[in-house]
Amino acid sequence: MRFGIAVFPGTWSDRDCKHAVELAGQDAVMLWHKDRDLRGADCVILPGGFAYGDYLRAGAVARFAPLMESVIEFANNGGLVWGICNGFQILAEAHLLPGALTRNASLEYRCAATWLRVESTQTAYTSACELGSVLQIPVSHGEGRYVADEETLDELERNQRVVFRYVARDGSLVGDASPNGSMRDIAGIVNERGNVLGMMPHPERACEELLGSADGLRLFGSVAKTLAGNRVVPVAAVL
Amino acid sequence: MTGVQVAAPTDAELAEVALTRSEYAHLATSLGREPNRLELGIVGALWSEHCSYKTSKPLLGSLPTKGPRVLQGPGENAGAVDIGHGLACVFKIESHNHPSAIEPYQGAATGVGGILRDIFTMGARPIALLDSLRFGPLDEPHQRHLFDGVVAGIGGYGNCIGVPTVGGELYFDESYRTNCLVNAMCVGVVEHGRMMRAIASGPGNLVLLVGADTGRDGIHGASFASVVLDASSAARRPAVQVGNPFLEKCLMEACLELAGDPRVVAMQDLGAAGLCGSTAELAHRGGCGIEVDVARASRRETGMTPYEVMLSESQERMLIVARPGDVRSLQQVFERWDLHSDVVGVILEEPRFIVRDNLDQVCDIPLDILVDGAPLRGAPGPRPPRSHPSGFAVGQETAALGTPSWTPGEALLALLGSPNLGSRTQVYRRYDHQLGDATVVLPGGDAALVRVDNTSMGLALATDGNARYASLDAKRGAMIAVCEAARNVVATGARPLAITNCLNFANPEQAEVWWDLHDAIDGVGEACRALEIPVVSGNVSLYNDTGGTGIDPTVVIGMVGLIDDVAGRCTAGFSAEGDLIALVGPIEAELDGSEYQRLTQGMNRGDPPKLDIDLERRVHSFVLDAIAAGLLHSAHDCAEGGIAVALAESCLLGDIAASVGIDELDQRRDPDQIEGLIWREAGILFGESQSRFLISFAGEALVRLHELAGRHSVPLRGLGSVGGERLCVTGCIDVPLGAVRRAHEGALIERE
Repeated sequence: MRFGIAVFPGTWSDRDCKHAVELAGQDAVMLWHKDRDLRGADCVILPGGFAYGDYLRAGAVARFAPLMESVIEFANNGGLVWGICNGFQILAEAHLLPGALTRNASLEYRCAATWLRVESTQTAYTSACELGSVLQIPVSHGEGRYVADEETLDELERNQRVVFRYVARDGSLVGDASPNGSMRDIAGIVNERGNVLGMMPHPERACEELLGSADGLRLFGSVAKTLAGNRVVPVAAVL
Repeated sequence: MTGVQVAAPTDAELAEVALTRSEYAHLATSLGREPNRLELGIVGALWSEHCSYKTSKPLLGSLPTKGPRVLQGPGENAGAVDIGHGLACVFKIESHNHPSAIEPYQGAATGVGGILRDIFTMGARPIALLDSLRFGPLDEPHQRHLFDGVVAGIGGYGNCIGVPTVGGELYFDESYRTNCLVNAMCVGVVEHGRMMRAIASGPGNLVLLVGADTGRDGIHGASFASVVLDASSAARRPAVQVGNPFLEKCLMEACLELAGDPRVVAMQDLGAAGLCGSTAELAHRGGCGIEVDVARASRRETGMTPYEVMLSESQERMLIVARPGDVRSLQQVFERWDLHSDVVGVILEEPRFIVRDNLDQVCDIPLDILVDGAPLRGAPGPRPPRSHPSGFAVGQETAALGTPSWTPGEALLALLGSPNLGSRTQVYRRYDHQLGDATVVLPGGDAALVRVDNTSMGLALATDGNARYASLDAKRGAMIAVCEAARNVVATGARPLAITNCLNFANPEQAEVWWDLHDAIDGVGEACRALEIPVVSGNVSLYNDTGGTGIDPTVVIGMVGLIDDVAGRCTAGFSAEGDLIALVGPIEAELDGSEYQRLTQGMNRGDPPKLDIDLERRVHSFVLDAIAAGLLHSAHDCAEGGIAVALAESCLLGDIAASVGIDELDQRRDPDQIEGLIWREAGILFGESQSRFLISFAGEALVRLHELAGRHSVPLRGLGSVGGERLCVTGCIDVPLGAVRRAHEGALIERE
């Protein structure tokens, strides 16, 4: 399968995402922000970083990049679009995902190990995971506090669109150990069709035991498996 | 030249450019005429201590800079060593003390930006940052403000540009109350064939100025860093630059695309003294001249004078020298990254430094006068006699100190909870330390270990520099700094390759400070020669003095070590219940200069820990051999806080406790000698004797380890074993690991 990795000026997880995709045995192509060609990607990753410096608001400028026109069209046609960290912020700014990412409750940047409970396996990104399993995947962000109005949050929960939730290492409630104070400890959500995922933690940094965890590889593996199993993206059907 | 006769400058004008009257006279004699005001400003910047090293240069020559792996020693933007596989490791440390004291966020941020440019200018991709920080006592609000601002600034720049900050150190001491220290180190990797040099050549070649537009920020930054701070320093805030890490990210990626490209004749970043510093150095290294037309530089503000354009220290700018036919195609590379570039100059045959403002020639100085002409400064006076107030001198004068008011258990928790020994989690979690999928050993242990892309090799990185020792004995303190940094690297299983150093001192016009600098350089050289570790780059920061109060001599060593396979690494935390614990190195009771002395006596006096450099070398070899043979489960440098603190740290890192006994502690307590014995007990537990590691291993390895220790003539003694939930030292300490953790983790948290 071919993963297209977006490169905006200021993107810095592009190389790490490529490394992870290759560890998962898949192909990676880089997608330049000024281009509109998705180069035949089966899944587009919007990686971490500070696209366009994140001036104004994180992701606020990147959503207007030429590449994003194609990414939005691709997403609207059911293509897999995976926003990680800054990518999640861009997806929220582009209104492909509801809610917003605001400054961490601590008002400080946080780079730390976090544990995510898999809340839905009915997505292309978690199809190879076990429901309720806990993945160790690190965060690194200053603006990762997920906020939305109560109605949106309820709707996300009701439709199993909350994919990852921050928990303690043993799977219990994260409480004060939340890295950013996200509402309902939300770490990752999908859109209504289930083809667009936004998550603040960095799975591409958790693909080798040598680096502390290989749990992130399951997400890359899920995507590959889903795409291999069915060239037509199936997620809309199950949600 | 306009040919107008210039009047000699007033004292105030000379003070503005930080030149003395005699330096001015020397300049006028060298030139054979009076310089104009622009020339004066340019010379002032390049003759500043910061750029000319006029005080330290005569001393630095004694440092060992050669070695089989050295590809680039001092003199370039950074040093470089061969790490095999056709790769070079490029690294350097640099200070940004003065700006950080005035504006901590931007001072620290641009310090990071500056050292990053030094690395990618060489064509190397930066893979790690480290920061060595010093502040006054943390319980003072202003110090908290500086600390917080500096940490935020380092994170703000490093996190945004996307280079992980993997290590460093942090100390708090009275001596930094009015002069904080911010030393930033950057490490990069490049293929040999793609390494760039900042040596201009080819008369007629053009000079491109790339990146940020030039503004009025940072004018006189170099001179500012070369004078003592005073009450008016805050008014010098315009001399502090403002960073734009996003712009630097684009500049970095564009420059890395050009690494090894034959179209680039030379690359040089703009740092201290801005355009004039970079153009002059670039041309001087190549033995040619340079002509700059300030009218061609894009500006951020209108009405800037040639003087302002030449001396601006606006950040995120780079110079490229290229043949005229290649300029357009190079500009296209920068345009792809939306970077602006202007042709601002041309390389000349004759070694002259010429500045034009469109049609007017406004400066013409021979380059050797500008770059090498600053009169060097020798000792300001004879070596002053050193008063050595005695310290603990265990067994002699301890009775005069009375009985310690701390039990060993209390002292351990207090030390672990002190700002100098407590957990640094609150700091490094604000830095992205995992970007690059390479950080194999995370911050918090001895050295960080970063894997080199597409290889199994790892670079072990550490900074170190205990100024308490150096203030008692500059030479020994400097030697210990080298050894300690080496120990940090060795504890991971990596062999030390080379160092970069940052020498932070007070006002060198004072004899005591000058001689401390002299002795410290002597110490760095002696230790490096003995351990066969070359010095490949460095920085000297003088005048860390405010209103006559100077810092303690602070020698910061940045060390790079190499391990061939990161799978064979060792870490500092205990790992398995039942493992044996042993101490490598001597047991002495040396409390002078220790953190224990600070805690219990509120002072720093006496004779710092002894150092047997040959034992140090043997200890390194023993630990490296033991790790390579797979005998060790953990290795931890035994440093500040002594055995007791090292033990607690290994427990915390491994999340498992330990029980040990030390024979020397079990002496029967004779009531007549009780006080002396208690101090001796403290000395054994908390004394900071050198050349020591705390190791743990499976019982089966014991015989082989003793054999190995015998072969290296290294003292090795069993202390106890790993396990349980309480940290116990027979007869003196018995504390739950939870209490140890609470003390350690709370050290930097602001108390209400």
